[in-house]
Amino acid sequence: MPVERLPGVQTGKGSDDDVLDVEEEVKRGILLGTLEKAVNWSRKQSMWPATFGLACCAIEMMATGAANYDLSRWGMEVFRASPRQADLMIVAGRVSQKMAPVLRQIYDQMPEPKWVISMGVCASSGGMFTNYALVQGVDTIVPVDVYVPGCPPRPEMLMFGILKLQEKVRTQGHLK
Amino acid sequence: MNAAELAERVESRFPDAIVARGEVTVIVEPPKLLESLEWLREEPDLWFDFLSDLSASDWPDRDPRFWVAYHLTSTRHSHRIRVKTGAPEKDARLPSATGLFPTANWHEREVFDMFGVRFDGHPGLTRIFMPDDWEGHPQRKTESLGGVPTRYHGAFIPPVDERLG
Repeated sequence: MPVERLPGVQTGKGSDDDVLDVEEEVKRGILLGTLEKAVNWSRKQSMWPATFGLACCAIEMMATGAANYDLSRWGMEVFRASPRQADLMIVAGRVSQKMAPVLRQIYDQMPEPKWVISMGVCASSGGMFTNYALVQGVDTIVPVDVYVPGCPPRPEMLMFGILKLQEKVRTQGHLK
Repeated sequence: MNAAELAERVESRFPDAIVARGEVTVIVEPPKLLESLEWLREEPDLWFDFLSDLSASDWPDRDPRFWVAYHLTSTRHSHRIRVKTGAPEKDARLPSATGLFPTANWHEREVFDMFGVRFDGHPGLTRIFMPDDWEGHPQRKTESLGGVPTRYHGAFIPPVDERLG
Protein backbone atom coordinates (compact mmCIF):
# COMPACT_ATOMS: atom_id res chain seq x y z
CA MET A 1 0.00 0.00 0.00
CA PRO A 2 1.77 3.20 -1.10
CA VAL A 3 1.24 6.05 1.34
CA GLU A 4 2.58 9.55 1.57
CA ARG A 5 5.66 9.74 3.65
CA LEU A 6 5.48 11.79 6.83
CA PRO A 7 7.94 14.67 6.62
CA GLY A 8 10.72 14.34 9.10
CA VAL A 9 9.95 10.73 9.99
CA GLN A 10 12.35 8.10 8.73
CA THR A 11 11.79 4.44 8.33
CA GLY A 12 14.31 1.71 8.80
CA LYS A 13 14.71 1.44 5.07
CA GLY A 14 16.64 4.66 4.72
CA SER A 15 14.97 5.41 1.42
CA ASP A 16 14.73 8.92 0.01
CA ASP A 17 11.61 8.15 -1.97
CA ASP A 18 8.55 10.23 -1.22
CA VAL A 19 6.41 7.13 -1.46
CA LEU A 20 7.34 3.97 0.34
CA ASP A 21 5.86 0.64 0.95
CA VAL A 22 4.87 0.52 4.59
CA GLU A 23 3.44 -2.98 4.52
CA GLU A 24 6.66 -4.49 5.79
CA GLU A 25 7.12 -1.77 8.38
CA VAL A 26 3.59 -2.26 9.67
CA LYS A 27 4.18 -5.97 9.92
CA ARG A 28 7.27 -5.30 11.94
CA GLY A 29 5.38 -2.71 13.99
CA ILE A 30 8.35 -0.40 14.07
CA LEU A 31 8.72 3.16 12.87
CA LEU A 32 12.15 4.66 13.29
CA GLY A 33 13.03 8.31 13.75
CA THR A 34 15.32 10.51 15.74
CA LEU A 35 14.32 11.80 19.15
CA GLU A 36 15.17 15.29 17.99
CA LYS A 37 12.69 15.19 15.19
CA ALA A 38 9.94 13.80 17.37
CA VAL A 39 10.55 16.44 20.04
CA ASN A 40 10.76 19.27 17.53
CA TRP A 41 7.56 18.09 15.94
CA SER A 42 5.76 18.21 19.27
CA ARG A 43 7.27 21.57 20.10
CA LYS A 44 6.12 23.09 16.88
CA GLN A 45 2.61 21.73 17.28
CA SER A 46 1.99 23.03 20.78
CA MET A 47 3.63 26.42 20.88
CA TRP A 48 2.00 28.63 23.45
CA PRO A 49 2.44 32.37 22.94
CA ALA A 50 2.76 34.88 25.74
CA THR A 51 0.35 37.77 25.52
CA PHE A 52 2.49 40.72 24.66
CA GLY A 53 0.18 43.06 22.81
CA LEU A 54 1.54 46.60 22.85
CA ALA A 55 -0.38 48.55 20.22
CA CYS A 56 -2.61 48.21 17.16
CA CYS A 57 -0.79 45.04 16.08
CA ALA A 58 -2.26 43.40 19.16
CA ILE A 59 -5.74 43.88 17.69
CA GLU A 60 -4.68 41.89 14.64
CA MET A 61 -3.07 39.31 16.92
CA MET A 62 -6.34 38.96 18.83
CA ALA A 63 -8.18 38.60 15.53
CA THR A 64 -5.73 35.87 14.58
CA GLY A 65 -6.56 34.00 17.75
CA ALA A 66 -10.31 34.46 17.36
CA ALA A 67 -12.76 32.30 15.48
CA ASN A 68 -12.38 33.71 11.97
CA TYR A 69 -8.71 32.84 11.67
CA ASP A 70 -8.51 30.31 14.49
CA LEU A 71 -4.91 30.04 15.54
CA SER A 72 -5.69 26.80 17.35
CA ARG A 73 -5.42 25.02 14.01
CA TRP A 74 -1.67 25.08 14.68
CA GLY A 75 -1.91 24.30 18.37
CA MET A 76 -1.39 27.92 19.40
CA GLU A 77 -4.70 29.12 20.74
CA VAL A 78 -3.59 29.15 24.35
CA PHE A 79 -2.21 32.64 24.90
CA ARG A 80 -0.63 32.45 28.32
CA ALA A 81 -0.80 35.34 30.73
CA SER A 82 2.27 34.01 32.51
CA PRO A 83 5.61 33.94 30.74
CA ARG A 84 6.50 30.83 32.75
CA GLN A 85 4.04 28.84 30.64
CA ALA A 86 4.89 30.36 27.27
CA ASP A 87 7.24 29.26 24.50
CA LEU A 88 6.76 32.13 22.10
CA MET A 89 6.67 35.87 22.55
CA ILE A 90 4.82 37.75 19.80
CA VAL A 91 5.95 41.33 20.23
CA ALA A 92 2.88 42.99 18.76
CA GLY A 93 3.40 46.72 18.52
CA ARG A 94 5.81 49.52 19.25
CA VAL A 95 8.07 49.14 22.27
CA SER A 96 8.60 52.31 24.22
CA GLN A 97 11.91 52.97 25.94
CA LYS A 98 10.32 52.38 29.31
CA MET A 99 8.76 49.12 28.17
CA ALA A 100 12.12 47.72 27.03
CA PRO A 101 13.24 46.42 30.46
CA VAL A 102 9.77 44.92 31.01
CA LEU A 103 9.92 43.14 27.67
CA ARG A 104 13.36 41.79 28.42
CA GLN A 105 12.24 40.58 31.84
CA ILE A 106 9.25 38.76 30.36
CA TYR A 107 11.61 37.17 27.86
CA ASP A 108 14.03 36.14 30.58
CA GLN A 109 11.20 34.58 32.59
CA MET A 110 10.15 32.33 29.73
CA PRO A 111 11.57 28.81 29.98
CA GLU A 112 13.86 27.45 27.30
CA PRO A 113 13.38 26.73 24.48
CA LYS A 114 11.76 30.03 23.49
CA TRP A 115 11.18 31.99 20.35
CA VAL A 116 10.30 35.56 19.44
CA ILE A 117 8.20 36.92 16.60
CA SER A 118 8.58 40.61 15.90
CA MET A 119 5.16 41.62 14.60
CA GLY A 120 4.86 44.77 12.50
CA VAL A 121 7.35 47.39 11.40
CA CYS A 122 7.41 49.22 14.74
CA ALA A 123 8.62 46.16 16.61
CA SER A 124 11.00 45.24 13.80
CA SER A 125 12.73 48.57 13.26
CA GLY A 126 10.90 51.37 15.04
CA GLY A 127 8.87 51.94 11.89
CA MET A 128 7.73 55.49 11.39
CA PHE A 129 8.63 56.36 14.98
CA THR A 130 12.25 57.29 14.47
CA ASN A 131 12.28 59.28 17.66
CA TYR A 132 13.26 59.23 21.29
CA ALA A 133 10.11 57.53 22.50
CA LEU A 134 10.54 54.09 21.01
CA VAL A 135 13.09 51.32 20.89
CA GLN A 136 14.39 51.14 17.34
CA GLY A 137 13.68 47.47 16.80
CA VAL A 138 13.16 44.84 19.49
CA ASP A 139 16.11 42.88 18.10
CA THR A 140 18.24 45.37 20.00
CA ILE A 141 17.02 43.86 23.28
CA VAL A 142 15.84 40.29 22.54
CA PRO A 143 16.83 37.80 19.80
CA VAL A 144 14.16 37.66 17.09
CA ASP A 145 13.40 34.55 15.03
CA VAL A 146 10.81 35.85 12.57
CA TYR A 147 10.05 39.39 11.46
CA VAL A 148 6.51 39.96 10.22
CA PRO A 149 6.24 43.14 8.15
CA GLY A 150 3.11 45.25 7.85
CA CYS A 151 1.46 48.17 9.56
CA PRO A 152 -0.25 46.32 11.08
CA PRO A 153 0.13 42.90 9.48
CA ARG A 154 -3.13 41.21 8.60
CA PRO A 155 -3.88 37.96 10.44
CA GLU A 156 -2.88 36.02 7.31
CA MET A 157 0.53 37.65 7.49
CA LEU A 158 0.98 36.75 11.13
CA MET A 159 -0.11 33.20 10.43
CA PHE A 160 2.42 33.01 7.62
CA GLY A 161 5.09 34.18 10.04
CA ILE A 162 3.97 31.59 12.56
CA LEU A 163 4.13 28.84 9.96
CA LYS A 164 7.61 30.01 9.00
CA LEU A 165 8.60 29.83 12.65
CA GLN A 166 7.15 26.33 12.93
CA GLU A 167 9.19 25.35 9.90
CA LYS A 168 12.25 26.74 11.63
CA VAL A 169 11.50 24.91 14.86
CA ARG A 170 10.96 21.65 13.02
CA THR A 171 14.11 21.83 10.94
CA GLN A 172 16.55 23.83 13.03
CA GLY A 173 15.73 22.89 16.58
CA HIS A 174 18.34 21.02 18.52
CA LEU A 175 18.15 19.01 21.67
CA LYS A 176 20.63 19.82 24.35
CA MET B 1 -18.01 85.51 31.03
CA ASN B 2 -16.84 85.54 27.45
CA ALA B 3 -13.21 86.19 26.54
CA ALA B 4 -13.49 89.96 26.20
CA GLU B 5 -15.33 90.32 29.49
CA LEU B 6 -12.82 88.07 31.18
CA ALA B 7 -9.89 90.09 29.87
CA GLU B 8 -11.58 93.24 31.15
CA ARG B 9 -12.22 91.64 34.52
CA VAL B 10 -8.56 90.68 35.03
CA GLU B 11 -7.24 93.94 33.57
CA SER B 12 -6.57 95.42 36.99
CA ARG B 13 -4.06 92.70 37.70
CA PHE B 14 -2.94 91.73 34.19
CA PRO B 15 -3.11 94.89 32.07
CA ASP B 16 -1.59 93.24 29.00
CA ALA B 17 -4.06 90.36 28.74
CA ILE B 18 -4.30 89.09 25.16
CA VAL B 19 -7.53 87.94 23.54
CA ALA B 20 -7.04 85.78 20.48
CA ARG B 21 -9.44 83.27 18.90
CA GLY B 22 -11.76 83.67 21.84
CA GLU B 23 -9.07 82.74 24.35
CA VAL B 24 -7.53 84.88 27.05
CA THR B 25 -3.82 84.71 27.68
CA VAL B 26 -1.95 86.55 30.40
CA ILE B 27 1.82 86.65 30.82
CA VAL B 28 3.34 86.88 34.27
CA GLU B 29 6.84 87.04 35.68
CA PRO B 30 7.98 83.83 37.42
CA PRO B 31 8.12 85.43 40.93
CA LYS B 32 4.48 86.48 40.59
CA LEU B 33 3.29 83.18 39.14
CA LEU B 34 1.96 81.51 42.27
CA GLU B 35 0.20 84.58 43.66
CA SER B 36 -1.41 85.14 40.25
CA LEU B 37 -2.65 81.58 40.07
CA GLU B 38 -3.94 81.81 43.62
CA TRP B 39 -5.72 85.09 42.91
CA LEU B 40 -7.38 83.59 39.82
CA ARG B 41 -8.46 80.63 41.88
CA GLU B 42 -9.81 82.54 44.88
CA GLU B 43 -11.75 85.43 43.28
CA PRO B 44 -15.42 84.39 43.50
CA ASP B 45 -16.40 85.62 40.05
CA LEU B 46 -13.32 84.05 38.43
CA TRP B 47 -13.03 80.83 40.42
CA PHE B 48 -10.46 79.01 38.26
CA ASP B 49 -10.51 75.92 40.43
CA PHE B 50 -9.15 73.43 37.90
CA LEU B 51 -5.71 73.32 36.32
CA SER B 52 -6.72 71.52 33.14
CA ASP B 53 -3.28 71.49 31.57
CA LEU B 54 0.29 72.53 32.15
CA SER B 55 2.62 72.38 29.21
CA ALA B 56 5.73 74.02 27.82
CA SER B 57 7.30 75.09 24.56
CA ASP B 58 10.88 75.68 23.52
CA TRP B 59 11.99 78.79 21.61
CA PRO B 60 15.77 78.62 21.21
CA ASP B 61 15.98 82.14 19.73
CA ARG B 62 13.97 83.86 22.41
CA ASP B 63 14.82 85.02 25.86
CA PRO B 64 13.49 83.46 28.03
CA ARG B 65 13.80 80.27 26.04
CA PHE B 66 11.21 78.05 27.72
CA TRP B 67 7.59 79.10 28.00
CA VAL B 68 5.36 77.23 30.41
CA ALA B 69 1.60 77.59 30.00
CA TYR B 70 -0.95 77.00 32.74
CA HIS B 71 -4.43 76.33 31.40
CA LEU B 72 -7.04 77.10 34.00
CA THR B 73 -10.71 76.18 33.89
CA SER B 74 -13.54 77.34 36.11
CA THR B 75 -15.96 74.53 36.75
CA ARG B 76 -18.41 76.98 38.31
CA HIS B 77 -18.42 79.64 35.57
CA SER B 78 -17.30 77.55 32.58
CA HIS B 79 -14.61 79.93 31.42
CA ARG B 80 -10.96 79.42 30.76
CA ILE B 81 -7.73 81.38 30.92
CA ARG B 82 -4.14 80.71 29.99
CA VAL B 83 -1.28 81.93 32.16
CA LYS B 84 2.15 81.93 30.56
CA THR B 85 5.51 82.43 32.12
CA GLY B 86 9.06 82.11 30.87
CA ALA B 87 12.10 80.32 32.17
CA PRO B 88 15.59 81.27 31.01
CA GLU B 89 17.84 78.85 29.18
CA LYS B 90 20.45 78.92 31.90
CA ASP B 91 19.16 77.41 35.15
CA ALA B 92 15.54 77.07 34.01
CA ARG B 93 13.58 77.18 37.24
CA LEU B 94 10.00 77.98 38.16
CA PRO B 95 8.02 77.73 41.39
CA SER B 96 5.92 74.60 41.61
CA ALA B 97 2.14 74.92 41.47
CA THR B 98 1.57 71.65 43.29
CA GLY B 99 0.66 73.51 46.49
CA LEU B 100 -2.26 75.19 44.71
CA PHE B 101 -3.24 72.46 42.27
CA PRO B 102 -2.19 68.91 43.18
CA THR B 103 -2.78 67.86 39.59
CA ALA B 104 0.27 69.91 38.61
CA ASN B 105 2.42 67.15 40.07
CA TRP B 106 2.63 64.88 37.02
CA HIS B 107 2.36 67.74 34.56
CA GLU B 108 5.43 69.38 36.05
CA ARG B 109 7.26 66.07 35.96
CA GLU B 110 6.41 65.86 32.28
CA VAL B 111 7.69 69.37 31.59
CA PHE B 112 10.84 68.56 33.52
CA ASP B 113 11.29 65.29 31.63
CA MET B 114 10.72 66.77 28.19
CA PHE B 115 12.18 70.27 28.54
CA GLY B 116 14.41 70.23 31.59
CA VAL B 117 12.59 72.99 33.43
CA ARG B 118 12.94 72.49 37.18
CA PHE B 119 10.12 73.26 39.58
CA ASP B 120 11.12 74.43 43.03
CA GLY B 121 8.97 72.95 45.77
CA HIS B 122 7.83 69.92 43.80
CA PRO B 123 7.46 66.89 46.11
CA GLY B 124 9.30 64.47 43.81
CA LEU B 125 10.62 65.90 40.58
CA THR B 126 11.71 62.83 38.62
CA ARG B 127 11.30 61.75 35.01
CA ILE B 128 7.83 60.48 34.16
CA PHE B 129 7.99 59.21 30.55
CA MET B 130 11.62 58.51 29.79
CA PRO B 131 13.80 55.96 31.61
CA ASP B 132 15.44 57.33 34.74
CA ASP B 133 18.93 57.06 33.22
CA TRP B 134 17.99 58.86 30.00
CA GLU B 135 20.35 61.62 28.93
CA GLY B 136 18.92 64.92 27.78
CA HIS B 137 15.42 66.30 27.46
CA PRO B 138 13.90 65.04 24.20
CA GLN B 139 11.38 67.78 23.41
CA ARG B 140 13.99 70.51 23.31
CA LYS B 141 14.50 71.89 19.83
CA THR B 142 18.22 71.28 20.13
CA GLU B 143 17.73 67.51 20.48
CA SER B 144 18.14 65.54 17.27
CA LEU B 145 15.07 64.38 15.38
CA GLY B 146 15.19 60.69 14.64
CA GLY B 147 18.33 58.59 14.45
CA VAL B 148 18.02 57.52 18.05
CA PRO B 149 20.46 54.88 19.29
CA THR B 150 19.32 52.18 21.68
CA ARG B 151 21.03 52.16 25.04
CA TYR B 152 20.17 49.14 27.06
CA HIS B 153 21.99 47.85 30.14
CA GLY B 154 25.21 49.47 29.04
CA ALA B 155 24.97 48.20 25.47
CA PHE B 156 24.89 50.73 22.65
CA ILE B 157 23.16 49.97 19.35
CA PRO B 158 23.36 52.73 16.73
CA PRO B 159 20.27 54.07 14.93
CA VAL B 160 18.63 51.94 12.26
CA ASP B 161 20.05 53.88 9.31
CA GLU B 162 23.61 53.57 10.61
CA ARG B 163 23.64 49.86 11.34
CA LEU B 164 24.66 48.59 7.90
CA GLY B 165 27.94 50.04 6.70
